[in-house]
Amino acid sequence: MSIQESQDEIIADFELFGEDWDEKYSYIIDLGKKLPPMEEQYKTDDNLIKGCQSRVWMHPEYKDGRITFTADSDAAITKGLVAMVIGILSGHTPKEIVDADIYFIDAIGLRSHLASTRANGLLSMLKQIKLYALAFQAKSLQS
Amino acid sequence: MEDTMIKEQSRMLNIEKIRKDFPILETTVYGHPLVYLDNAATTQKPLAVLKAMNEYYTTINSNVHRGVHYLSQRATEACEGARARVAEFIGARHVHEIIFTRGTTESINLVASSFGKKFLKAGDSVLVSGMEHHSNIVPWQMICEEKGATLKVIPIDENGELVLDGLDALLKSGVKLVAFNYVSNALGTINPAKEIIAAAHRQGIPVLLDAAQAVQHLELDVQDLDVDFLAFSSHKLYGPTGVGILYGKEEWLNQLPPYQGGGEMIKTVTFEKTTYNDLPYKFEAGTPDMAGMIGLGAAIDYVQGLGIHNIHQAENKLMEYALGVLGGIDRFRLIGSREHRAGVISFLVGDIHPFDLGEILDKQGIAVRTGHHCAQPVMDRYCIPGTVRASLALYNTPAEMDRLAAGIRKAVKLFG
Repeated sequence: MSIQESQDEIIADFELFGEDWDEKYSYIIDLGKKLPPMEEQYKTDDNLIKGCQSRVWMHPEYKDGRITFTADSDAAITKGLVAMVIGILSGHTPKEIVDADIYFIDAIGLRSHLASTRANGLLSMLKQIKLYALAFQAKSLQS
Repeated sequence: MEDTMIKEQSRMLNIEKIRKDFPILETTVYGHPLVYLDNAATTQKPLAVLKAMNEYYTTINSNVHRGVHYLSQRATEACEGARARVAEFIGARHVHEIIFTRGTTESINLVASSFGKKFLKAGDSVLVSGMEHHSNIVPWQMICEEKGATLKVIPIDENGELVLDGLDALLKSGVKLVAFNYVSNALGTINPAKEIIAAAHRQGIPVLLDAAQAVQHLELDVQDLDVDFLAFSSHKLYGPTGVGILYGKEEWLNQLPPYQGGGEMIKTVTFEKTTYNDLPYKFEAGTPDMAGMIGLGAAIDYVQGLGIHNIHQAENKLMEYALGVLGGIDRFRLIGSREHRAGVISFLVGDIHPFDLGEILDKQGIAVRTGHHCAQPVMDRYCIPGTVRASLALYNTPAEMDRLAAGIRKAVKLFG
C-alpha cells in the first residue's frame, strides 16, 4: 500500500466514528496494542524522541532500499499514535518518506482532538522519521 | 453519603453560592460542565478580584510612590493598603516586612541571591527537602554553585513524609539556611513546619518556607511559625498572576543586600554611590504590578470573608470524601500519605500512564494535571514517570469528585 493509500484508509476508518471520541480513542489504543514489540536493546536514550511528555522510542532499519521502523511507548495513546504513523510510513523508500505529504492528522481531526502537547509529540515523531529518511537517502546517494 | 457531605459543608460554606462568584466554572468543555481540579497550578478568580483590578485601571491608574498628583496618591494608598492586608493575613509584625515580587519563584530567587551573596561561602551548605518544587531547588543550586557551597537534602519516606530523625545532624553540617515547602505541590503532604523551624533555630539557622501550596488551604501565622522568610503566589490564592509575596523578618531583610537595582529601591543616586531605600522598597526595583497588588488585596478580602478556617474545614471534608470514592477504584494508588495532607491528590491507576489518563479525563471535561509537577526528585523517589494530580479549591464539590471517579472508571475501561 502506498503512503497515500494507508492514510486514506485511516481517514475512512475515522469517518465511521463521527463525533464519538471514545471510539476514536479505542481505535488508537487498539492499534498500539497490535504494534509488534520492540526489542529491549533498542529502547535506548539515543532512540528516544524528544518533545513527548511520555517516552517514545523509535528504531529504523534500512534494508534493500527500504526503511522499517520499530517503536514503543510507555503510554497507551502515544503507542497507538506511533503505531499509526509507523503503519503508514514503515517499509517505504527514503525518497517516498521524504516526499510524503502527511495529511491524515488534520483530516481525521486529531489536531483538534488531541491535547496540544500530544499533537506536538506526534509532529516530533513525524519529523524524526523524515530525518531518518533524509539520512538514509544521503547515505544511499553516497554509496 | 454525598448528600450528607453537601449539607455538612453548606452549614459552614455555601459552596453553590460561592461557585457563582467564579464565572469560569460555568464553562462547558467538550459538551460537559467543567470540573476544574488543577487548582494547585492556579486557582480561578472571583468577580471581586476582577472588579477591583478593573476599578484600578478605570479610576486610579497611575504610578505609585512618585507622583504628587491625586491619582498617584490614590494608587499608592490602594497598593499600600494591599500590602497591609497581606501583612495582616499572614500575621506579620510589620507591614514593611511584606515585599511584592512576581511570584513564589521570584521570592525564593531573591532570598537565594541576596542571602547567598552575603552569607554563603565555600564549604557552607543549604538544606532543602526531598519534596521541593524545582523553584525551591534550582535557585539554591545556582547560588551554591557560584559560592562553592553544597545543597543538602532532607529525605522523604515511602509515605511521602519527611524523615526528620537525622535532621539535627544534617543541620550541624555547615548549613546556613533551610528552605522547604509547607505543603508539597506533588504529594499534598503538610510538613511539620513549626518543628523544623524550631530545630533550625536551635542551631541559629534561618528558614525559608515555601507556602505556595499552603496559604490557600491552611491558617498561617508567620509569628507563630517564627519563620524567617516565607514565599507565596497571588494566583494560587484566587488572586491575579504576576504577583507574589516575600515575607521576611525585619532583622533579616535589613541585613540582605538589594536583589535588583533601579527606580524606587534607592534613596540617593550619584555616579559615585547609591544609597538604598528603606524596607520594603529596597527590594522593589521598578514599577510594580499595581493592578496585581490590588487584585491580591481583593483576593485576601474574599478569602477572609469566607474564613480560611472554614475553607480548611470544607476542603478537608472534601478531601476525605474524594479519597473515599477514589479509593473504591480498582488498582487506585494514592502517591503520598493519607494523613497530613492538603489540596493535592496525586495518584496512579494500575499501569495507565498519567498522560493517557489525564487526556481521557480532559475529554470528559475534567481538568487535572499530569506529569512530574516540577518535582522530578519526588517522582524519582517513587520510581514513577509522574502522577495524575487532582487539586482542590474552595469551590469544588463532592459531586465533582464523583465525576472524577466516574471519569477514571471510564478511562480504565478504555485502556482495558
